[in-house]
Amino acid sequence: MALIELSGIERSFLLGDTTVHALAGLNLQIAAGEYVAVMGPSGSGKSTLLNLLGLLDRPNAGTYKLEGRDVTTLSPEEQATVRSTRIGFVFQSFHLVPRLSAAENIALPMTLAGIPSAERDKRVSQALKDFGLENRADHKPDQLSGGQRQRVAIARATIMQPALILADEPTGNLDRHTGEEVINLLEALNARGVTLIVVTHDQSMGARARRQLVMEDGQLKSDSRTTT
Amino acid sequence: MRLADTLRFARDAATGYPMRTTLSILAMSIGVAAVVILTALGDGARRYVVGQFSSLGTNLVIVLPGRSGTGGFNPANAITSTPRDLTVDDAASLKRLPGARRVAPLAVGTSEINYGGKLREVMVAGSTAEFIPIRNFELAQGKALPEEDWNRGSSVAIIGAKIRDELFASEAALGQLIRLGDRRLRIIGVLKSTGQGLGMNTDELVIVPVSLAQSMFNSNTLFRIMIEANTRDAIPATKEQVLELLKQRHRGEEDVTVITQDAVLATFDKLLGALTLGVAGIAAISLAVAGILVMNVMLVAVTQRTGEIGLLKALGATARTIRFAFLAEAAMLSAVGALVGYLLGQLGAFALRQFFPVFPAYPPDWAVIAGLSTALATGLLFGVMPARRAAQLDPVQALMKR
Ligand SMILES: Nc1ncnc2c1ncn2[C@@H]1O[C@H](COP(=O)(O)OP(=O)(O)OP(=O)(O)O)[C@@H](O)[C@H]1O
Ligand SMILES: [Mg+2]
Repeated sequence: MALIELSGIERSFLLGDTTVHALAGLNLQIAAGEYVAVMGPSGSGKSTLLNLLGLLDRPNAGTYKLEGRDVTTLSPEEQATVRSTRIGFVFQSFHLVPRLSAAENIALPMTLAGIPSAERDKRVSQALKDFGLENRADHKPDQLSGGQRQRVAIARATIMQPALILADEPTGNLDRHTGEEVINLLEALNARGVTLIVVTHDQSMGARARRQLVMEDGQLKSDSRTTT
Repeated sequence: MRLADTLRFARDAATGYPMRTTLSILAMSIGVAAVVILTALGDGARRYVVGQFSSLGTNLVIVLPGRSGTGGFNPANAITSTPRDLTVDDAASLKRLPGARRVAPLAVGTSEINYGGKLREVMVAGSTAEFIPIRNFELAQGKALPEEDWNRGSSVAIIGAKIRDELFASEAALGQLIRLGDRRLRIIGVLKSTGQGLGMNTDELVIVPVSLAQSMFNSNTLFRIMIEANTRDAIPATKEQVLELLKQRHRGEEDVTVITQDAVLATFDKLLGALTLGVAGIAAISLAVAGILVMNVMLVAVTQRTGEIGLLKALGATARTIRFAFLAEAAMLSAVGALVGYLLGQLGAFALRQFFPVFPAYPPDWAVIAGLSTALATGLLFGVMPARRAAQLDPVQALMKR
């Protein structure tokens, strides 16, 4: 059974009196544990696809099955629960809460899920260790470097032990070297079995993935696998 | 999200934006402080007046000579232009009434008191033995006027505390002979000091037997007759009996006015109570304004933190969680504002009491409770709309906004 199963997905936006088809008749299957890079020109629908996969957006038509369950018909509350427990997001602009410390930002998904604070503290200190942030626990985001911020964001995305991590240009705001580090972290997560979907403009980064999706005008232009 | 976490999250969010938080707390606290101080003033005025009236005596029925403007037209009154005197015998006759516990006639005038060459103008009250208990006066030294025939006054006087101090200083006053007008009187009592009240100032008063006062002032009519009814409930009946008896004695003419302290007191009590309520209502408007301000502040907060709300949704927060977080923040702003306002208000009332010690400026409990709960309720009520707006944000749009 595939982790993700999209069939006939349509997503269009009304801009004035023209409709933009951000996704048009998309069919896609992704198995658990895959490492997928999504590439394509600007405006081709990559972010729209990722938002849809992350249940932040609903398709106009088509079905989306996550772990065999049709999630497009779920109520908003049920979708929130799926996001909380099964999906982790990593954004280009980090999206850390500025007034919370690194540790509190990492703990945020658990706080929202109502996990007791003793358990939270345990998991956060482990995550801080795993991501080399022990000395930065009490720092606010504006006291962290870009690479450190993205590490905090990745720690936050993984703290609920999701099955799926969605990263929209995670290295877009980072220099080459730091970007490399961040990708290494994500790949390490994938190596431990987490399904990883990364949107990137960087050909060499894309080439590192075992499967490359290239999008154009809301459709899949190519779907290729690197054989290693 | 757990309650403790929601509250901590709301607190951090509030302290994260000190300017707008301070502003809305300030607005709310001014509203609550206004309610507390204004009602303290209003209720203080009410208590002050009620207290002053009560100090005149209890269950008082007072007879004044002459007909007051109110009441029906009486042809008999129209013919006799000057009212009949209210005499000591009239007062004495009232002692027989079943509802009257005590009766005291009162004649007043001014005269000069003289002792050892020291001279001063004083107020003279001519009355009888029961004057002091009826008016709730207290003696510091000596005894009250003697029980005797009201038409035959002995040459004695009771003096106020200030007169005692001025004429005798450290000397003993009791038993001394003084001159009052052209009379020589022996001092048999000294009143306790009371300070300025609503009635007469007893500190500068000299009390003498009523017949003595009348002959001093060469007048037959009394200024007042004071009757103390047996009980509070007996006041109206006593009033009727007094009127009836005096009418009989005055050949069927109703040429006196009878007022009861009770009625005056109730009127003032009601009037000032209404005033306090009105003032509280006006102050409550400032609370509503504060509530609207909190709403605006929260709406700004939602706009400012759109990206954060999108993130919370991406991290799995339900609409309910987000609604609660923003409601908790609004409630916190109002609660802290209400508390600060309460303390400010109590401080203001305390300051009022320090500056005007005679004025009991305590905010009534109902006003404090109403003020605090109105603050909390408006804060919550006006917090609902921004919280809903936050919860309804589209996560994708929200995340795109930086
Ligand atoms: N909320 C929206 N309203 C209107 N049009 C939208 C909206 N979101 C996306 N679109 C349109 O949908 C198309 C796909 O957008 P999308 O953001 O998915 O592109 P993308 O592949 O992520 O591009 P980029 O590489 O620049 O991030 C674009 O033409 C865009 O203008
Ligand atoms: Mg994009």
